Amino acid sequence: MAKAINEGLRSAMLADDHVMVMGEDIGQLGGVFRVTEGLQENFGPSRVVDTPLAESGIVGTAIGLAMRGYRPVCEIQFDGFVYPAFDQIVTQLAKMTARHEGTQAFPIVIRIPYGGHIGAVEHHQESPEAYFAHTAGLRVVSPATPHDAYWLIQEAIACDDPVIYLEPKSRYWHKGPVDDALAGASMGQARIAREGSDVTLVGHGAMVTVMHQAAEIAQSEGVSIEAIDLRSLSPIDYDTILASVQKTGHLVVAQEAPENASVGSEIAATLTEKAFYVMEAPVLRVSGFNTPFPPSKLENLYLPDADRILDAVDRSLAY
Amino acid sequence: MPYTDATLRLLGPDGTLVKDDRNEKYFDAIAHLSEADYREFYRVMSVVRRFDVEAGNLQRQGQMALWVPSVGQEGAQVGSAFATRGQDHIFPAYREHAAAYVKGLDLIDIIRMLRGLTNGGWDPKKTNNFHLYTLVIGSHTLHATGYAMGIGYDGACSTGNNDTDEAVLVYFGDGATSQGDTNEAMIFAQSFQTPQVFFLQNNHWAISVPVRVQSRTPLFERAAGFGMPSIQIDGNDVLMSYAATRLSMDAARSGQGPHFIEALTYRIGAHTTSDDPSKYQDDDELAFWQAHDPIDRFRTYLHGLGVEEQFFKDVATEAEDYAADIRARILALEDPPMKDIFAHVFTEDHPVITQERQWLENYTASFDEGA
Repeated sequence: MAKAINEGLRSAMLADDHVMVMGEDIGQLGGVFRVTEGLQENFGPSRVVDTPLAESGIVGTAIGLAMRGYRPVCEIQFDGFVYPAFDQIVTQLAKMTARHEGTQAFPIVIRIPYGGHIGAVEHHQESPEAYFAHTAGLRVVSPATPHDAYWLIQEAIACDDPVIYLEPKSRYWHKGPVDDALAGASMGQARIAREGSDVTLVGHGAMVTVMHQAAEIAQSEGVSIEAIDLRSLSPIDYDTILASVQKTGHLVVAQEAPENASVGSEIAATLTEKAFYVMEAPVLRVSGFNTPFPPSKLENLYLPDADRILDAVDRSLAY
Repeated sequence: MPYTDATLRLLGPDGTLVKDDRNEKYFDAIAHLSEADYREFYRVMSVVRRFDVEAGNLQRQGQMALWVPSVGQEGAQVGSAFATRGQDHIFPAYREHAAAYVKGLDLIDIIRMLRGLTNGGWDPKKTNNFHLYTLVIGSHTLHATGYAMGIGYDGACSTGNNDTDEAVLVYFGDGATSQGDTNEAMIFAQSFQTPQVFFLQNNHWAISVPVRVQSRTPLFERAAGFGMPSIQIDGNDVLMSYAATRLSMDAARSGQGPHFIEALTYRIGAHTTSDDPSKYQDDDELAFWQAHDPIDRFRTYLHGLGVEEQFFKDVATEAEDYAADIRARILALEDPPMKDIFAHVFTEDHPVITQERQWLENYTASFDEGA
């Protein structure tokens, strides 16, 4: 997937001279995950900018660059390092188009490697998506496959609104096909990752892989799971989810993020409003705990796995 | 004393020119100004001061949620703003009414924002690149630096042509120097050698906290820590403000990197209409700065040049007319339409916004007669 994002960035930079990438260690090193590897060599240091080590500075200067007509793609090195930039993202970037009454677009993409499963140290495995999904003026997306990673990054860059692009870092090394053409879902749309008929399972990013594992196990036990890869966390594609629960009557939402006031909570609330009479059980959430991300030797207990998802599936079906 | 040995000025507090071995190049920088330019400096300072007082009164009468006075800082603002060139970009904080006037902003647009009609107020593309006010202290310094980085990437500076090379002027206050963003802006500016000038209006107060709490060091000396050329000027000397900004902006636009100016001035009165400076401002300090008023000083200078009394009377009349016009126009302002809540949150379609807008339209329509 890292290679797919790299190719997507390269395509966008070839297509538009005003696309530039900026962040810490992204030039010669190619980023700590090598997502920008080779780009500075190809496009030079003024389009692939190694910045000082200051996240607020990265996003704040990107805002000024957007005013100048650039389309900056900012890399935040790790999920837990985005908070020094939080003020510039939430207070400034998200409100800038409205404050300018539409006279100035802010086509800025903020790439953030996020999530667990890699055994990393503190602040390197978090899932901060709810903060951004809560904020008006931001679009939030997360690919689960190399194909989506390749196309979503290009759509995010082409979008005139600010986009938070969350990269499930544990999937960086995952190989998969990338179609030459933008096929299937586009930005803002969810994707049916696996068709099924008994229970709808919704998730995003690295959780989609776990959902597939759960669906395989369920299949062997005679339960058919329909897995939906959200792809977009703001806005959420409710049409796809609602169509699925019309069929299944059961919904389980899986996420790595802590449960309280999460994207999963929002989906549960909305389904209660929009699908109360077709639901045969309450929407169940399977999430990270409402704790700091634990020391990584405990992450397998913290992160939802196939068994925890299947436990929720069983509880849903038992209603 | 509020001034230091390092403080540069051209016009002394008594309204006469002060020539010494340090300020010769600054005199050179104003040599091209004519008496007509001086009259214009005086006119703008006076009109904006009168506007400012009127706006404060209008707030007290309930016409605005808040007013942010600029009284006392006109010299720093008018000199620096006049020193910019047409192709330059200005990133203000939120108290730069006089600079806004110089760049052609209709000051009713500031009132519209503080009245609650808009969160922005103008389109910088139509106000000679005078950008929006930013209320979160120091945030805009990074936007200014980013913009200046873009000028560099575009090759729109450093050609040696002062009439086309672009640069950025960013205003901020002494409180903002404590913000991380302001320091990051200076770091990025130095790293990328941006064409920009950091213009600090040290008005001695961040609401109620004096500048000595923000810094144990004269603030212009901080710039040296970033490796940035910096000077401290008498911000109530409009000519020095012009000269310092002119030279610094032209140096920045020509490829010499970012520059820093600390303009010593004073906030005569409140931070905003929401506070009471009598609770914290020292009477003697206030009296000192009132005696160093930038407009009074410049009036004395113009008198010395032989400017006729009628000019000052005409300016006073114009200022009264401007204030009356603002009063009439604010009373005629209409509230924004309901759709403005949803307009421009995104540039492209967004299902949640569409749904909520439709809901509110239907909800409000349900109260219409006959519905």
